[in-house]
Amino acid sequence: MTRFARPWAVFLTFARNSLIRDMTFRANFLIELASSLSWVFMNLGFYLLIFQYAPSIGAGTGWGKWEFFAFAGTGLIINSVTGMFFMTNGDEFGEMIRTGTLDFALLKPIDTQFLVSLQRVEWSSGGNLLVGIALVLVSASHLQAPIGPLQAALYGMFLICGVVILYSLLFSFAAVSVWLGRNTSLLDFWFYIVSFSRYPMEIYQGRLGSPIRWFFSFIIPVLVAVNVPARVLVRPLYPQATGDWLFALGAPVAAAASFAVCRWIFTRALRSYRSASS
Amino acid sequence: MANTASTAWTILRISMEERLVYRGDFMLGTLMRFLPIVTQIFLWAAVFSAMEAVMTGDVTVAGYRYHDMVAYYLLTMLSRAFSSMPGLASGITREIRSGTIKRFLVQPVDMLLFLFLYRTAHKLVYYGVALIPFALVFYLCRGFFVETPQGWVWAAYAASLLMAFLLGFFLEATIGMLGFWFLEVSSLLFIYMLLSFFFSGHMFPIDMLPQPWATAVKMIPLQYLAYFPAAVFLGKVQGAALVQGLAVQAVWTLVFFLSARWAWRCGTRRYSAFGG
Repeated sequence: MTRFARPWAVFLTFARNSLIRDMTFRANFLIELASSLSWVFMNLGFYLLIFQYAPSIGAGTGWGKWEFFAFAGTGLIINSVTGMFFMTNGDEFGEMIRTGTLDFALLKPIDTQFLVSLQRVEWSSGGNLLVGIALVLVSASHLQAPIGPLQAALYGMFLICGVVILYSLLFSFAAVSVWLGRNTSLLDFWFYIVSFSRYPMEIYQGRLGSPIRWFFSFIIPVLVAVNVPARVLVRPLYPQATGDWLFALGAPVAAAASFAVCRWIFTRALRSYRSASS
Repeated sequence: MANTASTAWTILRISMEERLVYRGDFMLGTLMRFLPIVTQIFLWAAVFSAMEAVMTGDVTVAGYRYHDMVAYYLLTMLSRAFSSMPGLASGITREIRSGTIKRFLVQPVDMLLFLFLYRTAHKLVYYGVALIPFALVFYLCRGFFVETPQGWVWAAYAASLLMAFLLGFFLEATIGMLGFWFLEVSSLLFIYMLLSFFFSGHMFPIDMLPQPWATAVKMIPLQYLAYFPAAVFLGKVQGAALVQGLAVQAVWTLVFFLSARWAWRCGTRRYSAFGG
């Protein structure tokens, strides 16, 4: 170990400590696991109900039952990974700014954004992650087109892009609390914005829908986060329009841009940070 | 009597003033809460367009046409504005755990009355502030309300909303006072919140559920927190069924009023005043 802690070793320590902590309060861990799983299953129940009545989400969009469940599973994977590694930390970061404990993080010989982003791993979100993976696998086996290695690799890469987009959005919002003092409604706001990515982007149509789709694709790219990886699984069934490919190429670009903006806001926020209380 | 009334008035007034301090955050929060509805509206538009592509005639989901469905979601927002009690149960348990609840044992104020007035004040301020975003959203969505209630149905709707408020209050107060027995009820509360989101009809109209679930869900009181008032407004329950529904809602309200009173009486006897 050199003078500066190696990030990977630091992260492993964080992950281990979080696991020890979770295993200390085992009953609490199990309850958290069960309640987040029941939330997921309630949502899946709702989707099943919808497909009792309708053949697909939107006429001619190709989002039939299994296509949609592949989409929902993809969304679940991205959201649970974000929840597992970043959600608590984003929340905690706002608190650190408010109470002044960010001072301690600033003193450590490691990148501050890295430190505050990964301090705590929420292992109980792992349950949702497994459900998401299972859902994607089951849905993929029901889709007619086989999934080749190229598709699988692209899928994995787009998943990472999706997580990066959600992460950047979360920490951009959290960092804004340096200027606002309190951030509870800001994090709610993040949650509400991410809720736009729960359904395929084709549903946003018409006079109001098109601007929404445009805004959440290009300005705050939450629609890109889930739609692009899900389409890689589902779309081979349908003729690819050139727009689709552009859209897919946009995912890495959107991820990189979101991360750059987030990094910029974060650095600016640290510069404006004046510590608090004592 | 006059003393109680003047105490009540003071509590009500102070709570209202306290609430108005954060009005900016409050108005923004209210408007934000409509965002998930936007996704729901688009989701249902897509679902109905897919059904219209394969069906002919009047396309309905469990008796709801597209505009009814959108109206339903907006109306459940309104029901929840009456029946949801954020922080009520968790506040009561926190006071039990930290010991501050003992102030109600020494002060000549009844805790349920105090909390009720506090909550009423918050709700009144909420309606005052939220009136603007609500009016805006309902005005923009006026096209979805094809039929509006006539005459007495308005009165029935108002009664169902008022009882939704009372039922929500006493139901959550009872859950909060379970803290006398369990101390930590946050996981129980989370489960209640989940169940209530699903079974109160907040997530979708409970008519959509297949039998026997639909009947089972209509037996439990949660439907009166969101589904029932909206169904009354949309004319889903009429005539004798409407009267019966209101009566059952009144009975549930009474049941939870009594259970809250009973939980307070038995709970304070068990209470061992932890903390300072």
